[in-house]
Amino acid sequence: MADNPQRSAATTRPLSPHLTIYRWPVTMMTSITHRATGVGLSLGAIVLAWWLIAISNGPEGWQDFHAISDTPIGALVLLGLTWSLVYHFLNGIRHLAWDLGYGFEKKVAERNSVIIFALSVIGAVVIFGASWTGHGGYLR
Amino acid sequence: MSTAQTPLHKVQGLGAAHSGTGHFWHERVTAVALIPLSLWFLYVMLGLSGTSEVTALQFLAHPWNAILMGAFVGFSLWHAYLGLRVVIDDYVHTAGMKIFLMLVTRFSIIAVGAISIFAIVRIAAL
Repeated sequence: MADNPQRSAATTRPLSPHLTIYRWPVTMMTSITHRATGVGLSLGAIVLAWWLIAISNGPEGWQDFHAISDTPIGALVLLGLTWSLVYHFLNGIRHLAWDLGYGFEKKVAERNSVIIFALSVIGAVVIFGASWTGHGGYLR
Repeated sequence: MSTAQTPLHKVQGLGAAHSGTGHFWHERVTAVALIPLSLWFLYVMLGLSGTSEVTALQFLAHPWNAILMGAFVGFSLWHAYLGLRVVIDDYVHTAGMKIFLMLVTRFSIIAVGAISIFAIVRIAAL
């Protein structure tokens, strides 16, 4: 390999830094998270369809759904979907604000990224906490 | 400035991709519609948590709730289709695989939508 005349040129050629080189700025995190939660919520539509079918199937359908959704993994999936919806909702509003030209300032964008991450976690915990502590079910 | 565009192409304003700003605009319209619908959906999910199937049935059988759930499912899937299309466009670089995944996405979304709407109508008719 050492006699390959092309080697030194190839290894010393300057490379543009790629994803794996950057220390990710928080705005990059919010961007990819928006996309990931969007894909996750698309899959969540299958869960919603299944839930609606379960209700239309009467008591047995409801029990079949809850036999799976009440397991720890089922609860984790529902928590993930709840957080994804809250996050995608909040960051989606930021996208609409961007479309109108607001929030592009570097410091503002970084601050809003942190706010959205924090609010989305708080929102998901509040919704799940309300459900677990018996504050849900008000449509009875 | 000379241009290769025909006058018809220019006045249609659809550009090289033949769809203009349609995708961008539809994504925004569905996003705006989903702001109130998502809030309503979270309110309903929490409100029905820990209840029985009778409660869920009676709630969804009410015309307004059936309509809102149908709208939430419809706008969500439309928005999901537009978003997934961008993801496929960005990460899949071979034409055959791209067309295949687009078809899978499109058919899956239509299937999930059809199943959801059927269930909503069935609940309302029970």
